[in-house]
Amino acid sequence: MELRKPPPVRRLSDAWTPPTATPPTTNGNGHHPVTSFVGAPQRAAPSSIAIDRMHVENLSVSYGEKPAVKSVSLPIRQGEVLALIGPSGCGKTTLLRSLNRLTELTRGASLSGRITLDGVDIASMEATSLRRRVTMVFQQPNPFPMSVFDNVAYVLREQASRRPRRAAVRGAVNDALGRAGLLDEVADNLDHPALRLSGGQQQRLCIARALAADPEVLLLDEPCSALDPVSTRLIEELIIKLRGDVAIVIVTHNLQQAYRVADYVAFMYLGELVEYGSAHKLFGTPSQQRTRDYVSGAFG
Amino acid sequence: MSTAPTATAGVRPRAGTASAYRLTDRLGLGLAWFFGLLFCAIAGAIVIYFAIEGIRYLRPGLLFTNPAPGVSESQTGGFLDPMLGTFIIGAMAMAIALPVGVAMAVWLSEFGRPTALARVAESAIEMMAGEPAVVLALFGLTLFELHALSFLSQTTNGVVLGQSFFAAAALLALVGLPMVVANTREGLQAIPSHVREASYALGKTKIATTRRVLLPAVRPSVITGTMLGLGRVIGDTAIVLLLMGGTLTFQPANSVPVLGLLRGTGDTLTGYIYYNAPTGDGNQPDKAYAAAFVLMLMVLALNLGVDLVVNRSRNAVRWS
Amino acid sequence: MDEDDFLEQDHGISQDQRAELGLGALVFAVVGLLLAMFAFVVHEAWPSFAHNGIGWFGPGGNLAQQIQAIITSGELKEAPVYTFHAWPLIWSTILIAAGAVAIAFPASLFISVFIVEFAPPWLRRTLEPVVRLLASVPSVIYGLAGVLVIVPLIGNHLITQSEKASVTPIIQLSGASLLAAVLILTVMIAPIMIAVFVDGLRAVPRGWLEGSLALGVNPWRTFWKVGVRTIRPVLVAGTVLATARAMGEAIMLSMVSGSVPFAPNPIDGLIFIFEPSQPLAATIIHNTEALNSAPMKATLYAIGAVLLFSSAMLSLIGWTAKRPMRRYGVIA
Repeated sequence: MELRKPPPVRRLSDAWTPPTATPPTTNGNGHHPVTSFVGAPQRAAPSSIAIDRMHVENLSVSYGEKPAVKSVSLPIRQGEVLALIGPSGCGKTTLLRSLNRLTELTRGASLSGRITLDGVDIASMEATSLRRRVTMVFQQPNPFPMSVFDNVAYVLREQASRRPRRAAVRGAVNDALGRAGLLDEVADNLDHPALRLSGGQQQRLCIARALAADPEVLLLDEPCSALDPVSTRLIEELIIKLRGDVAIVIVTHNLQQAYRVADYVAFMYLGELVEYGSAHKLFGTPSQQRTRDYVSGAFG
Repeated sequence: MSTAPTATAGVRPRAGTASAYRLTDRLGLGLAWFFGLLFCAIAGAIVIYFAIEGIRYLRPGLLFTNPAPGVSESQTGGFLDPMLGTFIIGAMAMAIALPVGVAMAVWLSEFGRPTALARVAESAIEMMAGEPAVVLALFGLTLFELHALSFLSQTTNGVVLGQSFFAAAALLALVGLPMVVANTREGLQAIPSHVREASYALGKTKIATTRRVLLPAVRPSVITGTMLGLGRVIGDTAIVLLLMGGTLTFQPANSVPVLGLLRGTGDTLTGYIYYNAPTGDGNQPDKAYAAAFVLMLMVLALNLGVDLVVNRSRNAVRWS
Repeated sequence: MDEDDFLEQDHGISQDQRAELGLGALVFAVVGLLLAMFAFVVHEAWPSFAHNGIGWFGPGGNLAQQIQAIITSGELKEAPVYTFHAWPLIWSTILIAAGAVAIAFPASLFISVFIVEFAPPWLRRTLEPVVRLLASVPSVIYGLAGVLVIVPLIGNHLITQSEKASVTPIIQLSGASLLAAVLILTVMIAPIMIAVFVDGLRAVPRGWLEGSLALGVNPWRTFWKVGVRTIRPVLVAGTVLATARAMGEAIMLSMVSGSVPFAPNPIDGLIFIFEPSQPLAATIIHNTEALNSAPMKATLYAIGAVLLFSSAMLSLIGWTAKRPMRRYGVIA
């Protein structure tokens, strides 16, 4: 029996650097947007409110020896949507999770710097109280194995000192479902098991659940990455609608989504905040080369 | 709701409790602590109690003398035979349970057709794991009293005794079997399918894959299952009482060296303890304490062994 | 390349088939053995059931005398007497098992929650081996501890002389009692429940727990409202398995529950927990010397058959109760 020779092995070179973008050609008026989608008509007008809610001051987070976030400072305002963008592993999710102190659930996580909510250092609050005011929606929709009604009412029931009767919370549940744009679809049967909803509906249910707590800040961790385009569009419209009531911070991989949805954008790379600015500026005329490279798709 | 601007910034007024924990939550947490610590205390008490009493009554001589019928403490000898009995019966039972258990686990995990048989086999293992040992012992009695199986024990006057090392070992194998099957199966199911597919893609048969790739990989699970099964086997009393004849010393069936012994009657540490407890016929609590101490040491050693194996395997193989 | 591959290159497929047949036959044989067990036990037990009918399970007459009559009839080789009304034994089994499960269930649930979530790491590292240790202690050692410590404690310190005097005509209150049996059995079955519950809790999807925490619900509540609620089938499974174990326990109970086939009566008041009794499995152990009396043998096998079927039924229920967990992707 003959032995066949194995196919030749190709090696990647050991050092790999992200490619830099070639400067695009001008299109007439001298200034050219770095990204092709700037100027696309999907954006809504900026809202008229801007209320300071949270401040991140020189925040650094490490898991054991490895630094995940290095000395980041940001404001978070009600009336604005802040998008955190950057390639995988840049620390944007860690930054988001430190805003409601979920980083404490990870063993070995250490924090330095300060985050304040309405002027009060969040480290001095009870974590559970903080998380009532800063709620989070996760990447993978995670409705509880209960009915739609119970999911949304969950927060209201578990936060009150005495368990409220169903009639008492029904109004708040309908309200939250309405704000999340889900009420029409589930109104006829609120006792439907939540796990039987479609992915997009489940995610909107999670948003409704988070809104039921009447938070001041809503954190969204790549909420649409597991969803189809129609659900994505619905949720993006929802986010723009909600921004006047709650400060919204959204982590996203999708640059077009960030452009559609955000008022301000923070670009992070390897744990550092490379650039922070309005969406129009960051996508149109970023001041940092690295930002320019990322948003034009040179690496990611 | 439209995005109406709020006039004032700052903290929204919030109804509800000042603290996030209600009173019932605190009570619940306290109860959890209480029960957890209570459990540790009970375990500690048992271990310490038997350690103290055991050390008080255990003399090395006991380990090396045979039991003898008698009345007072000095007459009744030690427990060499029962201790050897425990070792022998444990080895015999697991010698049957290990290969049979691994074979069953392999079949359930890798083959498993027809599905009806697989389902029945799974429930059979579950049922066997939950069966009272007393019932297994009764079954063993009828089984080994059959003339067809008389070669496994002694026959007097045409009546098969049905009680011997063989008989007890066979039933004890049933006691240890579910542990081996469950652990081996768990280990096999933990191996991701791409490992098997890689082997099939190289042209190996399923059985060769199992022998050369899978079984070596689940060795820790097999060892764990065997040790856990062995723990159950050496701790059993009911089967020993009914199927080993309960003679304080070995009573071989004939003078053939090993087989005669195994066809004969004897006892184990558990039977010895039962006999010497205040409720038993022998009523020598001191001896019972000493034997209990030795048995506890064996059980502890097996537990430690399981912990060691599990810890080492956790750090060893990592499937990507 | 192994010799296996060279030599079996062409017989690859049939080698697998042969292995499958061989292993399958082995599995079949073991299953057959189990079925044979059912058949054998019922066959031996049949005379006792046939003679007593449904009254086998009911009350009637002095059970101790009935047992004696059965034994003597066999030893003297007279016409076999099978009259047997096992209700006191059944009642004792129910009381002891139910008592132990009733105490063990909440304790085990709290301990499980504690182990999975709320214990500090040093305590968790101690508790898990402790649970495993308690699960592996042989029942005869539990019995020994019971007989030498718990029973005298109850008999000498908890039962008053007047209480003893009040029941002397009927039974002796020596400390071997329901209370002793239930206490020790609780410690014996708790590890089973804890092992099952802990596995179930650990399999709850992390996303649900995180999601609840991220809504501002405190960890204790999160665990109970989301975690424990989700594993309700696992709670059933663990309880059923523990009940099966409790009903089948023979050795420890034979040492500690008293050897009198007496049915404790709750109407007697508090004293009833001090009364001795004899559960089904312990009855078999107590009468093993009488196995050569044919009617007694049938009677003991009848008791065994009852235990066999009830424990098989409970094991099956416990196993099927774990299945719904797969619906949520939780595999327990």
